[in-house]
Amino acid sequence: MKLETQTHSGQVVIAVKEERLDAHNSSELKDRILRVLEEGGRRLVVDLADVKFIDSSGLGALLSGYKNASQRSGSFILSGLQPRVRSMFELTRLNRVFEIYPRLQEAISSHSVT
Amino acid sequence: MNVDIVVPNQTRYLRLIGNIAEQIAKELDTNDHDPDMLAYHLNLVLTEAVANAIEYGGDEGPDKTVKVCLSIEDKELRIRVYDHGQGFDISSLPTPAIDQLNERGRGIFFIKNIMDSVVYHPSEDGNVLEMHKTLK
Repeated sequence: MKLETQTHSGQVVIAVKEERLDAHNSSELKDRILRVLEEGGRRLVVDLADVKFIDSSGLGALLSGYKNASQRSGSFILSGLQPRVRSMFELTRLNRVFEIYPRLQEAISSHSVT
Repeated sequence: MNVDIVVPNQTRYLRLIGNIAEQIAKELDTNDHDPDMLAYHLNLVLTEAVANAIEYGGDEGPDKTVKVCLSIEDKELRIRVYDHGQGFDISSLPTPAIDQLNERGRGIFFIKNIMDSVVYHPSEDGNVLEMHKTLK
């Protein structure tokens, strides 16, 4: 799975560079998020701009990240959801759980340290 | 139209199954569905059903397969996905609650939401998840 991890303004951005986030690759995203948290990252952004398809296990991996970040008093936000992907969050009402920004830059600036 | 697909019991084939589902969706004659959304939904249904069959079918392996049968007749779409595992009780699966934030349990929820009917039962070819939708 192609995942790009970078730090912007004190936030760790994990960009999912895949068109599909499904039962085949979602555990890799889950593991990467956990590793970032274990290495001390507390303000995470997962950018889904390249993701055109997400299934229940993809949502599960993101929920795992959200819960693990919350347990460490960290923040976990999402950006760049394409309309079809966003509709899956709305169907499961997870759009009420996650903090979601249309674009990565907005997600970064919303949580920047001032 | 009848299409039977047999793929190895490995999650790497979910992308292939999803792509086939999207291509079939584009062939369907329906007025009440946005073609792109129908394609996504069929992709999702097949991805979830085959992922379940792989999980409940036991260990992945080159000699194990998942069989998918699709048929479309008179606007009736029927999808059957077979597995050779111990099965599960589909009626006992709860609707995912937003306050519990369970990481699992949304696959069948998606399928039930998209399809008109979903049943899971033993058959001669193993357990089968049988899904039906009327296209208008």
